[in-house]
Amino acid sequence: MTKVLKTILLAHGSGGSHSRRLVEELFASAFANPLLAPLNDQAVFSPPSGRLAFTTDSYVVKPIFFPGGDIGKLAVCGTINDLAVGGAEPLYLSASFIIEEGLPMDELERVVASMARTALDAGVMIVTGDTKVVERGKGDKLFINTAGIGKVGGSLDLAPSKIRAGDVVIVSGTMGDHGIAILTHREGIRMETPVESDCAPLHTLVRAVLDAAPSGVRAMRDPTRGGLATVLNEFAASSGLAISVREDDIPVKDAVRGACEILGFDPLYLANEGKLIAVVSKESAEAVLEAMRSHPYGRDAAVTGVVEEAPKGKVLIETSIGNRRILDMLSGEQLPRIC
Amino acid sequence: MRYVDEFRKREEAQGLLRKIREISQREVSIMEICGTHTHSISKYGVREALPPNIRLISGPGCPVCVTSAADVNRLLDFSRSRRDVVMATFGDMMKVPGSASSLQEEKAGGGDIRVVYSPLGALDIAGEDPSREVVLLAVGFETTAPTVAATMLAARENGLRNLSVLSLHKLTPPAMRALMDAGEMDIDGFICPGHVTAIIGAGAYGFLASEYGSPCVVAGFEPIDAIMGIYMLVRQLEEGRKEIEIEYDRVVTWNGNLKAQEVMNRVFEPADSLWRGIGNIPGSGLRIRNEFSDMDAEKRFSIPPGEDAEPKGCKCGSVLKGLITPEACPLFAKACTPEFPIGPCMVSSEGTCAAFFKYRRAA
Repeated sequence: MTKVLKTILLAHGSGGSHSRRLVEELFASAFANPLLAPLNDQAVFSPPSGRLAFTTDSYVVKPIFFPGGDIGKLAVCGTINDLAVGGAEPLYLSASFIIEEGLPMDELERVVASMARTALDAGVMIVTGDTKVVERGKGDKLFINTAGIGKVGGSLDLAPSKIRAGDVVIVSGTMGDHGIAILTHREGIRMETPVESDCAPLHTLVRAVLDAAPSGVRAMRDPTRGGLATVLNEFAASSGLAISVREDDIPVKDAVRGACEILGFDPLYLANEGKLIAVVSKESAEAVLEAMRSHPYGRDAAVTGVVEEAPKGKVLIETSIGNRRILDMLSGEQLPRIC
Repeated sequence: MRYVDEFRKREEAQGLLRKIREISQREVSIMEICGTHTHSISKYGVREALPPNIRLISGPGCPVCVTSAADVNRLLDFSRSRRDVVMATFGDMMKVPGSASSLQEEKAGGGDIRVVYSPLGALDIAGEDPSREVVLLAVGFETTAPTVAATMLAARENGLRNLSVLSLHKLTPPAMRALMDAGEMDIDGFICPGHVTAIIGAGAYGFLASEYGSPCVVAGFEPIDAIMGIYMLVRQLEEGRKEIEIEYDRVVTWNGNLKAQEVMNRVFEPADSLWRGIGNIPGSGLRIRNEFSDMDAEKRFSIPPGEDAEPKGCKCGSVLKGLITPEACPLFAKACTPEFPIGPCMVSSEGTCAAFFKYRRAA
């Protein structure tokens, strides 16, 4: 675009000529697709056959650029993942930007380019959007909301209520990467091996899992805020069954463990942005594990636990020294503005 | 991961637990003073793995928890009255409830309250904008005090004039003496804190053995350290010995870290201090020496004392003294949870109630 202005002004959200130019020259050209091109107040399309999935999420991560990603990539991946874990194939996204006056134009351009690249790679279209600007000091650089529509195939019905005793819990990779990447970057903690966010779109991994075990997958989640421990507790509570995991079987990068030791965090409660937790039948565990490990986002996949009859609604963990204890939901130690 | 994995080995841990069961005959009550031990023992399920005749009692070793209600209210009042001042605090303090609010609520109400991971974080904040007054809320034991002192010395060296410190530090040995003098409960021996002792030296507990007949073992915080510490203490008790032993000998010495002590003593001097649940303990706090009074927030802003009112129904005081376990408090896991804490022991990750809530309920 022609870079007349180097920073975002209140005028960019006025609806007038500055707004128009921002939309046409930045957003429309980056996200270019036939549904967005008319630049109407809405995108018009024919619904695909079958059932639809619909979701929304807002992204306020601080800082907006971090190792392994940025707020734009996160906003696209996060909403794709919310669709994908329900078994939906993501199709269309909306993108709304709340920008703080004074945001350097090149930072906005980098975020938008990152969103466009992520959407293109993932095969989804950003088909509608909105831009608002708030006065300096009334926002923090940039907030993004995305909503997404996806198609749910056949009679697929993934739900924690489908979980049965004897099922197996599989995680698609190492836990806590995103949380530690944001935290160490934000606090300026330099590490020997820097940790990158795992931010990634998971719909192709989900597809591979469903193809490998069409009727064996009970429920899936992406463990974002609250981490693995919170997802497992939700599964246990919804199914009325117990989940038993072994600490030694949960993949965690050494650098993440090290940072957790120093900062007093537990990787099992840290946010992930590119990981999948799947509960599958015992018979399909092998096939699902193999499918995950053959996928670039699932190389470190591991079986980490089993579903048992009792104690109902609880998650138990066998610690590395061999004693068992309860693994509770996240309480109290959240990191603010992690996504 | 080196220095960690070797202290979390299953076979070794289970082997030590077996040895404890073999030698343990007597009913004994052991107090782990330090909140980090309470956390580690709970996290690794050590309490449940011990024979029933060994009772572990959690002591007053969580710095946020022992900070008196009066001091909590004092800093909340200060935050309300001086919105222009930046308050730098460790994260654990944010949620501690005072009579009318918490720091987290004061922040939402417009206070500029920032979480730092080390005292040096406050130095950075002060350096960024020399026109803003920055007050570091210095809550902690002998582990924290030297780094706060070093931060103050660095501020002075760099000519920073906008940083001051509200010293709410507490000292460990005087509190242990106060617990023994109070005589409210039978403590047969102590597991002493590894990191505090790395600073003050194991010799600081000599009086417990010689005056009170209580054996002590200084232990590290990895699960095998804690289990080994318990084993060594049980062995002393079974053999009738009353000694100060060091399990955590890769870090702890008899005399401690003399350099850290020197820095701490240059800036601070012992003073009486009010502990939650225990009351005033002579010589158990640290006040800033006159030579550094320009960096003493208490004097610089003439911060008045706060109301000394415990939250209604809260039994943190009794928990801190080891008189009751958290489950005996009627508020525990009902009105008082980590999400909506009533007392400080439920707030801090080192707090006994938080550890019991997170790791022990219905396990």
